[in-house]
Amino acid sequence: MDWVLIAEQTLNGVQLGILLFLLAAGLTLTFGIMDFVNLAHGTMYMMGAFFGATVMLATKSYLLGIAAGVAGSMLLGCLVERVALRSLYERNHLDQVLATFGLILFFNELAQVIWPTDGLTVPFPTWLGGTVMLPLGIEYSKFRLAIIGAGLLVALGLWLLVTKTRLGMLIRAGASNRQMAGALGVNIPLLFTIVFGVGAGLAGLAGMLITPILGATAGMGEVIIIQTFVVIVIGGIGSVRGAFIAAIITGLIIGLGRSFLDVLLLTFLSPNAAESAGPALSSMLIYIFMAVVLFFKPQGLFPPKSG
Amino acid sequence: MKQLMSAKGIFAISVVLLCALVPLISAALDNTYWPGVFMRAMIWAIAAISLNLILGYGGMVSFGHALFLGVGGYAVGILAYYEIDSGWIHLFAVLGSCAIIGLIVGAVSLRTRGVYFIMITMALSQMMYYLIISIDEYGSDDGLVIYNRSDFGLSFFSLDNPNTLYYTIFFCMLGALWLCARIVGSRFGNVIRGAASNETRMQAMGFPTYRYRLTCFVISGLICGLAGMLSANVESFISPDALHWTKSGELIFMVVLGGMATLFGPVAGALVFWLLSEFLPQLPEINGFRLGEHWHLIFGPFLLLVIIFFRRGIASLFEREGARP
Repeated sequence: MDWVLIAEQTLNGVQLGILLFLLAAGLTLTFGIMDFVNLAHGTMYMMGAFFGATVMLATKSYLLGIAAGVAGSMLLGCLVERVALRSLYERNHLDQVLATFGLILFFNELAQVIWPTDGLTVPFPTWLGGTVMLPLGIEYSKFRLAIIGAGLLVALGLWLLVTKTRLGMLIRAGASNRQMAGALGVNIPLLFTIVFGVGAGLAGLAGMLITPILGATAGMGEVIIIQTFVVIVIGGIGSVRGAFIAAIITGLIIGLGRSFLDVLLLTFLSPNAAESAGPALSSMLIYIFMAVVLFFKPQGLFPPKSG
Repeated sequence: MKQLMSAKGIFAISVVLLCALVPLISAALDNTYWPGVFMRAMIWAIAAISLNLILGYGGMVSFGHALFLGVGGYAVGILAYYEIDSGWIHLFAVLGSCAIIGLIVGAVSLRTRGVYFIMITMALSQMMYYLIISIDEYGSDDGLVIYNRSDFGLSFFSLDNPNTLYYTIFFCMLGALWLCARIVGSRFGNVIRGAASNETRMQAMGFPTYRYRLTCFVISGLICGLAGMLSANVESFISPDALHWTKSGELIFMVVLGGMATLFGPVAGALVFWLLSEFLPQLPEINGFRLGEHWHLIFGPFLLLVIIFFRRGIASLFEREGARP
């Protein structure tokens, strides 16, 4: 295995990590601020992909698709929060997990009713097709590079939003002491809806970013939501910075693990057996990594300071 | 005796009687459908009873309990694959593998609390799911067909006989209920319940709560593994789906629907869950829309409504006002 391939796999890992971060950021914020565990976050990722793919197929524009994915999942997130989840903030985590599990069942089925059972595929946006030559002779997919760039921009924007704006200040105040912020006149219910909507929008963005590669399918959120949980658990639940670092690490483990394990497995398994064992074993790596992290740091790598 | 005559007792007894009589009634009606439904429901009831032990009484919200269903099932399936059909070896393998895996999973996850515990149990069971998918030899995604049921070598006891199979499951369910009642009523059970309501207090009283919880976790895993073994014998099939995390979610829902930390709740929850999942797919077509096929559209919101408005479950229907806090 030459180092160009390693560099390529590293970039693939970063790209997956960026995607995981977009999901983890919303999830960790809703948990940090509202103490709410949202299993249905993957549903927003899926619905974002479907909304976006529908608009993209109708308008032939990827950018419009992304806008529709983000706006659609954001609206849906706010709606779901207002209608169903609001009454669950005071409940324990078990109730929240189960209720959002019910939402997953509902929306997965709904997606199969509205859209074709085997999902939607969208064409690659032509202006992002092909590869680009990076320094040191690395040839890399333009599209995946664009995902990395977009994700980094969003991460930067999120950081600016949380640390520099008035809304961010309110979010931090709500996170560190909900009652106190409420007593000082902050409209906490509205704040919760906004945070939930922003989280859902980020998940929808992630869904539509990956749709040209993977397509939009019912149940696509279920695989990635577990990986996202691993990310926020490793990073420390409630910490956006932790989520970012953990997402990149997790992405790298999955990306690099896959290619190295393949080579490793080929030395003692038949090519067929190695081909089926490789991806599955590399998916196991992150759980092992999480178990190791939790064994030494039960609160994750970056436990949030408050609470 | 007084307890048995309460509304709750009468309800519990009538459900058990119903389970006991299903094969006789269906034989009289020449119907082979219902015993199958009840067998599966009772297997899930056993799994739900085991989950209730840690979730309801122990306050350990495990979102990966289907792990043990899968491990129990695969212990039987893999042995049967190598044409080892002895039921005793199966039983030993099921209990052994569930104990070891329960010990490892419990040791890692019980170091964490709250939402971390929920997620780590979910992730570890998902890890086992991927491990099984990765092994081509044992069918990968497609699962394993089990050609011979567990054979205990007794002439009067063969699981190939539908009635024997049915009553084996029935008595296993009663056994699980009895065991759960004994555990909850014991000193051990009191420590587990005490640690669920205030762990620091139990530690201050000198109880090593971690070890107590871990033991409870392993016991629960063993009972659930047994349910997996029974399921493998009923279906003659095991696939990675058995331990997918959505199965763990369904198990939790059965416990909550029936009533957490009540002895009989999980049984009621599992029965209602199974009856729903039998009936809802048979819903008629409305204006060309096959509602039955998309029954999750009804089931998902139903689950949500149960959590919001019917939190204390079926068991609460049979309690006098203010009987429980």
